[in-house]
Amino acid sequence: MGTKRLVMDEDAIRRVLYRLSHEITEENKGVDGLMLVGIRTRGVPLAKRLAAMIKEQEKVELPVGILDITFYRDDLTLISPQPVVRSTEIPGRVTDRKIVLVDDVLYTGRTIRAALDALMDLGRPRAIKLAVLIDRGHRQLPIRADYVGKTITTSAGETVQVLLKETDGEDLIYIEEMSSPKMDPPPFPCAGEAEERGEE
Amino acid sequence: MNYCLKNGRLIDPAAGRDRSLDILVIDGKISRVGPALAESAAAAGYEIIDASPYLVLPGLIDLHVHLREPGEEEKETIASGTRAAVKGGFTSVVAMPNTKPPADNGSVLTYIRAKAAEAKAARVYPVGNITKGGKGLELAEMGELVANGAVAFSDDGRPVMNADLARNAFRYGRLFGKPFLLHCEEENLSAGGQMHEGFASTRLGLKGYPSVAEEAMVARDLLLAEDTGARIHIQHLSSKRSVELIREAKRRGVKVTAEVTPHHLVLTDEDVADYHTATKVNPPLRTKEDREALREGLLDGTIDLIATDHAPHTREEKNQEFGRAPFGMTGLETALGLIFTEFYHTGLLSLAKIVDLLSLSPARLLGIPGGTLAEGSPADLILVDPDREWEVKEEEFASKSVNSPFIGWKLKGKAVATMVGGEWVYKEI
Amino acid sequence: MRFSRRCLLGLEDLTAEEIEEILETAVPCKEIIQREVKKLPTLRGWTVATLFYEPSTRTRNSFELAAKWLGADTVNVTIATSSVQKGENFIDTAKTIQALGADFIVLRHSMAGAPWLLARTVDCRVINAGDGAHEHPTQALLDLFTLKERFSSLAGLKVVIVGDIMHSRVAKSNIYGLLKLGATVRVTGPPSLIPPGIERLGVQVVNDLREAVQDADVINVLRIQLERQEKGLFPSLREYARLYGINREVLRIAPRDLVIMHPGPTNLGVEITEEAASDPRSVITTQVTNGVAVRMALLYLMSGGGKSGELLS
Repeated sequence: MGTKRLVMDEDAIRRVLYRLSHEITEENKGVDGLMLVGIRTRGVPLAKRLAAMIKEQEKVELPVGILDITFYRDDLTLISPQPVVRSTEIPGRVTDRKIVLVDDVLYTGRTIRAALDALMDLGRPRAIKLAVLIDRGHRQLPIRADYVGKTITTSAGETVQVLLKETDGEDLIYIEEMSSPKMDPPPFPCAGEAEERGEE
Repeated sequence: MNYCLKNGRLIDPAAGRDRSLDILVIDGKISRVGPALAESAAAAGYEIIDASPYLVLPGLIDLHVHLREPGEEEKETIASGTRAAVKGGFTSVVAMPNTKPPADNGSVLTYIRAKAAEAKAARVYPVGNITKGGKGLELAEMGELVANGAVAFSDDGRPVMNADLARNAFRYGRLFGKPFLLHCEEENLSAGGQMHEGFASTRLGLKGYPSVAEEAMVARDLLLAEDTGARIHIQHLSSKRSVELIREAKRRGVKVTAEVTPHHLVLTDEDVADYHTATKVNPPLRTKEDREALREGLLDGTIDLIATDHAPHTREEKNQEFGRAPFGMTGLETALGLIFTEFYHTGLLSLAKIVDLLSLSPARLLGIPGGTLAEGSPADLILVDPDREWEVKEEEFASKSVNSPFIGWKLKGKAVATMVGGEWVYKEI
Repeated sequence: MRFSRRCLLGLEDLTAEEIEEILETAVPCKEIIQREVKKLPTLRGWTVATLFYEPSTRTRNSFELAAKWLGADTVNVTIATSSVQKGENFIDTAKTIQALGADFIVLRHSMAGAPWLLARTVDCRVINAGDGAHEHPTQALLDLFTLKERFSSLAGLKVVIVGDIMHSRVAKSNIYGLLKLGATVRVTGPPSLIPPGIERLGVQVVNDLREAVQDADVINVLRIQLERQEKGLFPSLREYARLYGINREVLRIAPRDLVIMHPGPTNLGVEITEEAASDPRSVITTQVTNGVAVRMALLYLMSGGGKSGELLS
């Protein structure tokens, strides 16, 4: 274990999500036809929290979907054993809806590429937007987020650890130096360990 | 060339002998056995062999061998089979008649004997068929077979299913005084069977070959032998109940002898493991209980001898689905090592008993020379290093085939030199 | 232990954890096959060959769809028994399929153990789709999956397998799988079709069907084949139906919430009546759907570690 640098504590995470929830409703001029879709694992509690905040503001309960992108990963032949696949649960159809994809960390962009493909296989959404808690840079694909909680500067030798109450018992985000830093960010840094620690 | 084997430990149960002595081999015969013969032998210009580190045994005699020639020379030839024999310590082998064409006529027997003479390795005693083509339909011309050197009758590989024909064979065969070597298998009961019927066959989903398929035929043949007075020899016993049937028949005075193979004494149906075709034999490897009964039968004399049922098959034939691979495994080159490892070094069998089972008993059964180191007998003998540890290696087989489940086994005990008729036909010392 | 095998030859050597992982992975797979567009990119560029030495449209189609929906290409090689008898060599055929670029070979063979030989011969991943009277692991997996959908846990579940246990690879694989997941298994059928030593697998043998089903949670009805009658293993299909056929009367004896399974294809009126097969308690059609899901799960789990498997330990 390397040194840890705090990025956000519990209060900061709450404030950032609050702002994101406002940005989402504001930019979409309300919540009509909107659906939040969290990317497993940690995008899911984040989408649910956003939905709860939006409900406070708008008095409308937004549908929240869960997207598992494992079958769409582009690194499956690089790893073993295969990562655990879980269900995708989308309430209703995605066709003609405005979807806001929610994830914890935006990094190489490969997860989002997979999520876009997974979503498109379910139908033809009117639009897809992306909300992330952290954008840590180092993109490998031309993908950007529409709603960003916080942009931070990191090196490839660092990992961004996102802990959430729902999955990890506490809300905390920090940067950790990897004990054996690699020069290139792995395409799916969370490969196989998505359950333990969330990143991207 | 004349030899003096100096100071080896002679094991010769026929002469009741187990001591270190010298042997003079002159003109292919054992001319003298006694202490301190070496000096005069040296003076006479004989080659002196220091046999003191070794056991000197009468050459082993294998009552049950498939040499495959004529007809299936890709599996084995008389030359390669007899080379395998002498490498394994066998100076004589008894060739089963299921060749292609089968040995149901004099010319095939003559061919086999001629080829064997050419090969100059082990002696080959051919067996003639009981029925024409071994098909179990009509009797073979037994008189012609005997006239051309058949030492016994057998349809090995198959039984004579027709009880009436078998009975007639036993009656007619009285003319010749030769034993019937019987493969006991009730073919309706064994049809399609791939391995012993039991838990292992259930587990592997292979069609079972039940013990009773052997036992029913053993029982029938014992009754027919009793009825006709024929001298029968039951080949490759595999089941407990077969041993009991023979034990009981012997008590009644039926003229029966029996053999067991090293593999049935050592392996069980569990060794089929994940479909190892090298373990596919007929009769099949059976349970631990059967194996124990066979061992007991060997110790109490119910079973008279050990024979290998050396059955070579090509790699291609064995490297198939279990259900398509042929039955049989080679045995000539592993028998002595297995018996020494499993029975001598464990204290189950004495050296005298081993010589009896692998040499004396088969010689007596067929009335052929060998089985003893008595003065005047042909110089068929082997030097054995009982403590030599060696690994069975595929590339070291003299046999053309390598279908042995014992590849990779570490054995203790090996024939290091083999003499047939006064000539060294195998020697690694 | 996470699933990281290259070959699935039988359920006998899988751990309970591995079986559970396959079944859990089959859940999202089933969700995918219920979609309008059933297509994933997961195995794009992979080739799944089905090599069938026995006719079986059901199993072959199920594997083919599973492979296709995961994005793989498929190639089907069906070899008539007659050409095997003409001496067409299994090893050569297998090597040819490998040379054609197959990453998976799904093998159905009439001879027990053929998948072992295949796995020793080729580098491809090998899935046993039924070998002789030995195992049919994917059928058992789909049966287990179907039961898990219904009962969530199999612990303590009483399953009765009815029929020709001796020649049934389905029975054998089901026994291994069910016992590993904690169910109890009873087999029933004509005594001449109960293989020796089957109790040693941990199952109970009950000869009388009516006694066997009394407290059953599940009955799995095996297909009976006419050729067994010809071999003298039982007198007639009529008598079989009378003694071991699942019908209204048998269902009356069994508990009300019984689940009825059959690996298919059914001989209606022999081992099961049309009425019993279409009873609301029958899950026979669900089994077929679930077959694709578990086979997708398996293909996915077995494809880990790169095509050549260099990343596998």
